[in-house]
Amino acid sequence: MPEVQIRKKLISVEEIFHEGGPVAQKPLRRATALVVIRNPYAGSYVEKIEGFMEDLKPLGLEMARALVKALGGDPKTVEGYGKGAIVGSAGEIEHGALWHVPGGYAMREILGDAKAIVVSTKKVGGPGTRLDVPVTHINASYVRSHFDAMEVGITDAPRADEIVLALVMTTGARVHARVGGLKASEIKGEDGLR
Amino acid sequence: MTDSPRVASGAGSKLKIRKIATFVEETRTEMGQKVDPPTRRAAAVAVIENPYAGQFVEDLSELMTIGETLGELLTQRAVAALGIAGPTAESYGKAAAVGENGELEHAAAILHPKLGTPVRRVLGKGAALIPSSKKRGGPGVALDIPLGHKDAAFVRSHFDGMEVRINDAPRANEIMVAIAVTDSGRPLARVGGLTKEQIKGEDGLR
Repeated sequence: MPEVQIRKKLISVEEIFHEGGPVAQKPLRRATALVVIRNPYAGSYVEKIEGFMEDLKPLGLEMARALVKALGGDPKTVEGYGKGAIVGSAGEIEHGALWHVPGGYAMREILGDAKAIVVSTKKVGGPGTRLDVPVTHINASYVRSHFDAMEVGITDAPRADEIVLALVMTTGARVHARVGGLKASEIKGEDGLR
Repeated sequence: MTDSPRVASGAGSKLKIRKIATFVEETRTEMGQKVDPPTRRAAAVAVIENPYAGQFVEDLSELMTIGETLGELLTQRAVAALGIAGPTAESYGKAAAVGENGELEHAAAILHPKLGTPVRRVLGKGAALIPSSKKRGGPGVALDIPLGHKDAAFVRSHFDGMEVRINDAPRANEIMVAIAVTDSGRPLARVGGLTKEQIKGEDGLR
């Protein structure tokens, strides 16, 4: 099993007061955790890569905890999440797919068995590549007010033999959400969808 | 996050903050070498309304007052993000990006006359000039905040820069104001020059 080698970490938090409309009673907060790791499979085709998902699990939990802390420390305040990966140019998109399980299940566990699938995106790119990480409600994917996205990236990463792993959490709806659809207050919370 | 921007708004009547972002970066390895302890730096960025967008205004004193308020607010946020006491900070820098309907001089009014004093108050000292950069640009523009040691500008290990950006800022009538603070120099610094141990700290240079 390859060891997870971390080069750097970046935590960012946005606090949004308004977007031209009424100032929010409670500002919306959104946080991202990015970790730059060495891609153990860079430079050649490796058939069996699944084992690395297991190796990434502790890192996923560490990042999910760091996000909750960055948002104030109470997992109950987290309402939206998403995940993503940027694979350096000596790797394949499939290496980014290794993040689905450890990244997603870590957040669901830390947030008390969140029910909705963790939306995601990934790409191959060079240093400074920006990734728009999608965000949806943690218990019901169809909650329209919580459809969101956060752009992430690091100036000097990923290098060719690296992967940038991303997790995102938010504390609520878009700051001026008003396009209808399923509301957070209407969630049944049985199937992760509605 | 002890200070609410609404308190801050009271200090400068024209200060309207749309969002505040913080970034904390921690470097653990570089070229396979362990960085121990890891180098850490933080930036706090406020996106504010430009009260003078789209017009020429001779007297920019309102922006200077806004700079004073943001100097305190953003330095506190950056230090809190690093989880350190202000005086433990080692280097600092500041920068602003003005949206397309503003002037570069608006950035200058925020950054230069009054912003530094509260920054130094939060950090305990700060004998050195606070290095700065400014530009005009659209949403998502990359802002490179220069960094230098807070007590002695010539400390070579602490010459650095931190890039920050926010994808939806600055809008045409906004200004992005950033302050960066570190608790360390570059990872694996090894190009000689004045070291932090040699600082006299009298003139802000050495």
